[in-house]
Amino acid sequence: MSYVKKDLISINDLSKSDILYFVETAKEFKKISLQDIKKVPTMRGKTILNLFFEPSTRTKTSFEIAQKRLSADTINLSISQSSVAKGESLSDTILNLQAMKPDAFIIRHYESGAPFFISNITNASVINAGDGINEHPTQCLLDIMTIFEHKKEIKSLKIAIIGDIFHSRVARSDIAGLSKLGAEIYLYGPQTLMPRFINSDNIKIAGSMETAVKEADVIIMLRVQKERTSFYFIPSIEEYRNYFKLTSEILKLASKDVLILHPGPVNRDVEISGSIINSGKTVILDQVENGIAIRMACLYILLGGRHS
Amino acid sequence: MEKLLIKNGIVVDPATDTQVKRDIYIENGLIKEIAYESIGKNGIDINVIDANNLYVLPGLVDMHVHLREPGFEYKETIKTGMEAAIAGGFTSICCMPNSNPVNDCKEVNSFIINKAKSFDLCNLFTIGAISRGNKGLNLANIGDLKHSGAVGVSDDGRPVEDSSLMARALLYAKTFDMPVISHSEDIKLRGKGLMNEGIISHKLGVNGIPSASEEIAIFRDIKLAEYYGASLHIAHVSTKGSVELIKMAKNKGINITFETCPHYFSITEESLLSYNTNAKMNPPLRTMEDVNAIKNALKEGLFDVIASDHAPHSEDEKNTTLDEAPFGIIGLETSLALTLKLYHEKYLSMLDIAKLMSFNPARILKLQNRGGIRNGNIADITIVDPGKKWTYKKENIKSLSKNSPFINKIFKGAALYVIIKGKIFNL
Repeated sequence: MSYVKKDLISINDLSKSDILYFVETAKEFKKISLQDIKKVPTMRGKTILNLFFEPSTRTKTSFEIAQKRLSADTINLSISQSSVAKGESLSDTILNLQAMKPDAFIIRHYESGAPFFISNITNASVINAGDGINEHPTQCLLDIMTIFEHKKEIKSLKIAIIGDIFHSRVARSDIAGLSKLGAEIYLYGPQTLMPRFINSDNIKIAGSMETAVKEADVIIMLRVQKERTSFYFIPSIEEYRNYFKLTSEILKLASKDVLILHPGPVNRDVEISGSIINSGKTVILDQVENGIAIRMACLYILLGGRHS
Repeated sequence: MEKLLIKNGIVVDPATDTQVKRDIYIENGLIKEIAYESIGKNGIDINVIDANNLYVLPGLVDMHVHLREPGFEYKETIKTGMEAAIAGGFTSICCMPNSNPVNDCKEVNSFIINKAKSFDLCNLFTIGAISRGNKGLNLANIGDLKHSGAVGVSDDGRPVEDSSLMARALLYAKTFDMPVISHSEDIKLRGKGLMNEGIISHKLGVNGIPSASEEIAIFRDIKLAEYYGASLHIAHVSTKGSVELIKMAKNKGINITFETCPHYFSITEESLLSYNTNAKMNPPLRTMEDVNAIKNALKEGLFDVIASDHAPHSEDEKNTTLDEAPFGIIGLETSLALTLKLYHEKYLSMLDIAKLMSFNPARILKLQNRGGIRNGNIADITIVDPGKKWTYKKENIKSLSKNSPFINKIFKGAALYVIIKGKIFNL
């Protein structure tokens, strides 16, 4: 197995065997985090720039820990204190940083396509850590890894993805990745937050929460953002809570050994009942744990195989 | 009224597209039996209505009514509105949300529904708001409205100006299988207009409302319904140009329904010649050309619904200048008679009327077991004598408000009985 591309921008760039290769590699790296000394010298001498143009706790920390456990030299650029805040263009910022010879950029950006743009103007590897409403490929990989820990195969699993699909980069990546592995995907949420153009037989828009959840093997709940109440997407958070929340009652319809995922941060009792989380029925923290392994694997695969 | 037999009537059933002489037996508020000639039911506990030479229609549904409670009880209350509805031959009415407070939440919605239930009069269904406070700024809690009993949503009285709000309202309402009713109007183009823009408005020296202000908005709404594949109902269509748009939409098979009101096929802008504020409504009365276009469209089956747009205003509010008087006329008690005129003029058959005033409104708003005459349906029935002559007198108006341009008009045709969930109202 090998992966020869410089960047990880979109799940659509990965083949089914690429996805499996990333997940298999991550399984090995997961062991490092379980050791007493959580560090290997694999990335010693590599310089990695974390550029987060948008707030992030989980993903940023996860990438940083992954880099440190691989012994890479890590620099975090706080955008609010950088020259971007002084009006420098994105391409000038990248070209200047590129001149400092980093091996990789980790990019989180509020605009869709920003990591792709950056990957075209730098020789360094670029990993998309979430761009606009477009993609979040490492989240998809860690979701797949988490599912594989509980299910032998993803092929023909019924996977429900519920919530704000339209604005969710997690949903876009998950739909693409899980489709490549042969899942049957059911989407549900207010029609204002559903994608309107789907041309794939394995993806269905469910007419109700019940239809989506019924006999589901996996349920991926998405966060609904309060700002969706503006621009008319939903009337109010109360309304969302009343009609689009995953409750214990609805959950009874799912398959007996259903896996519940959520990319976080969770709005408890808005998109999912707090009691479902409290009773240990979700794998949210496994996702976080696997996130580090997946990001270590991504860095290893993208940087390890190349000579700068 | 536990048991009721309606004998010898001509039963008009749009659900089966039939019009035949039948007897109907009703028990416990439901239609139990429909048979050719005398059902072998008799006994002193059975009420009998001899409907010989009368038409027996599924209970009429007026899907576009403004009751003024809560907030404007001096214009109309829920009770007086329901009494006017029965007097006009209706078994069900649907009230628009522009009360005060606006019916945009489950509290107001439940208040109206519960109040109506306390009277044992006609059925009242509520239309909730599309936007909070009918302000056009954010969506109302449409899920809550649905779950507390509303059968549709509308900002009627005002258009949803913002196309993106309208688009998302269509999508969000679709999530709840909730029909959306549009008051289609380019309100900026209406401006200060208060009657149809044309020769008469020029003659009277008042600001006009261009027919284009309706047509532009209807075109937008057709496009939104088409693009988003959502069901949409267009209220109170009044112009010839709109009829052309309806033709286009129907030819394309877009999931959209259209309503007109009796005044738009009965009288013209000339009714305002003496600055008659009781002929001021929005959309306004148009020209004879428009009236003919609406009548022909009804004949061609382009319209789905006739509704009254019953809009009560007090005498004091209307007793002023055209400028100052509010838009709107009452219509519950004249709607059937004005529509029967088209029956006499051979524009509409009795079956057409049953479709336009009962079957289609019930279908559009998903009123279960209503709108047709069949076994097991709720016993909502309107018995019509198309030949009865009567005069619409102000002192007989049941509505609290008297703002009608048809007062003292002699009509031919009326409802003689209204049966609501098996209960007889002898008119």
